[in-house]
Amino acid sequence: MHQFFRTHSCSDMRYSFLSKYLVAVFVLITGIVSAQSHEGEEVEAGAHDLKTEIKEYIDHHLLDSHDFSLFSYTTDEGEHKYIGFPLPVILWDNGLKIFSSSQLEHGEGVAEVDGNYYALYHNKIYKTDAEGTIKFGAHHEGDTHSEDAFGENLVVEDAHPSNEKPLDFSITKNVVFIALVGLLMFLMFRSVASNYKKSNMPKGLGRGLEPLVMFVRDEIAIPNIGEHKYKKYMSYLLTVFFFVWIINLLGLTPLGVNVTNNIAVTFALALITYFITTFSGNKNYWKHIFWMPGVPVPMKIILAPIELLGTFIKPFSLMIRLYANITAGHVVLMSIIGLMFIFKNWIGSPLSFVLAFTLSLLELLVAALQAYIFTMLSALYFGMATEEDHH
Amino acid sequence: MEQFSLGLFVWQLVLFIGLLLLLKKFAWKPILNAVEKREEGIKGALEAAEAAKKEMQNVTADSEKLLKEARAERDALLKEAREIKENIISEAKEQAQVEGDKMIKQAQATIEAEKKAAVADIKAQVANLSVEIAEKVIKEELSNKDKQLKLVDDMLGDIKLN
Repeated sequence: MHQFFRTHSCSDMRYSFLSKYLVAVFVLITGIVSAQSHEGEEVEAGAHDLKTEIKEYIDHHLLDSHDFSLFSYTTDEGEHKYIGFPLPVILWDNGLKIFSSSQLEHGEGVAEVDGNYYALYHNKIYKTDAEGTIKFGAHHEGDTHSEDAFGENLVVEDAHPSNEKPLDFSITKNVVFIALVGLLMFLMFRSVASNYKKSNMPKGLGRGLEPLVMFVRDEIAIPNIGEHKYKKYMSYLLTVFFFVWIINLLGLTPLGVNVTNNIAVTFALALITYFITTFSGNKNYWKHIFWMPGVPVPMKIILAPIELLGTFIKPFSLMIRLYANITAGHVVLMSIIGLMFIFKNWIGSPLSFVLAFTLSLLELLVAALQAYIFTMLSALYFGMATEEDHH
Repeated sequence: MEQFSLGLFVWQLVLFIGLLLLLKKFAWKPILNAVEKREEGIKGALEAAEAAKKEMQNVTADSEKLLKEARAERDALLKEAREIKENIISEAKEQAQVEGDKMIKQAQATIEAEKKAAVADIKAQVANLSVEIAEKVIKEELSNKDKQLKLVDDMLGDIKLN
């Protein structure tokens, strides 16, 4: 019934920098393995399937999903089993359509609501016919493959379905985690706050969290914004610091959720920074953008568009930095973990374990560092927007 | 852009702003206020301690000054007392000297007077004796006039007054 899916699942590897990188890594390893192996051809073929599987797994891991599944496996009969629970799907398609993601059967089923049919393709919901057919645009080359020098199958162009895409406001796995982190933060910090009603000294949780709050205040807010104006930005800085940090840390747990590697999430955060910066900009700030003092008039004219563009680039860099750091960390980490399954010998697996372990520690640092950098730079931008004229 | 999910963006924005507002009201404000209050309290306590220390120093300095003054006064008193004592002693000595001298003079005067009286007495006795001797001589020698005269001469020659 869903034959199309099988045929496409082999061909939907993206030709991107990412896959190039991964292919290079895998080829290198395959080379080593086959050099060491006496079985030659057989291992080569086995490793190839495994590579595809690992790559798909990594791709899948980095994506959001419409249901809350912790892991999945395939039974001997070839049936996919998922451990987890479905989440509500909320669509806007000429009216609000709400149904359970269990109807989508992890991309293997078609959901029917009010006479409309929806199916998943690459974790995105498309409007389909009753059979769940995904049509592709004219530019799509179908099953055209090219063979690269290493015998790897690569799709020349990404498959873009031409089906209509309804607006998808589903409670996805990431949304659930954002809400959970929010709830966790709320409970944590409210209990810390309520402790201060009883005594002046922090107790329990507050002992650990108060220094962090003080760090944000004394090391991030005050030096960048200034003694007199930092107070009104504290709420945002603290929230964004703890939110990014906690959610980055959760991304490192075996729960397998990545929130900050979604550009939508980092975009939302950067957008808030942009709006706060723009709305708190004082006369001096705008003067420095549109009519830079202290330079000749032609320079003022040249600088104005550059400075104006700069106001967008600054939060944009925030967005990309957080997104790229977390994504890259996860890709590299999972690739190294994947190596374990490719090297099946006594030297490779411990080596990749050590590498993965070291990298995990590094990622722990990156999780905090990215939260710090995001908060620091936000504070810096607020500081620039509110700086008084010194001339 | 293919990866961008509008739904996730909207949810993130809504949930994050909601979280921000909730935390602002229930967590950040109370925490920051409490910490600020505590810091101000600590600052106040430190300032008070500093002031107390300064006052303490003042008090110590005062008492030291008092002590010094008292010591100086005591020294002055002692010196004065010593002077007075010396004065008294020297005066007493002088007086004693004067008194002694006076007594010695008196004694000498008395001795002189006694001597004079004794001499007068001796003279009287000598005169009496002379008279008695003269009487005896006269009585005996009246018979022998020459002899009597000679005797008177001899006797007068023997008695030598000082």
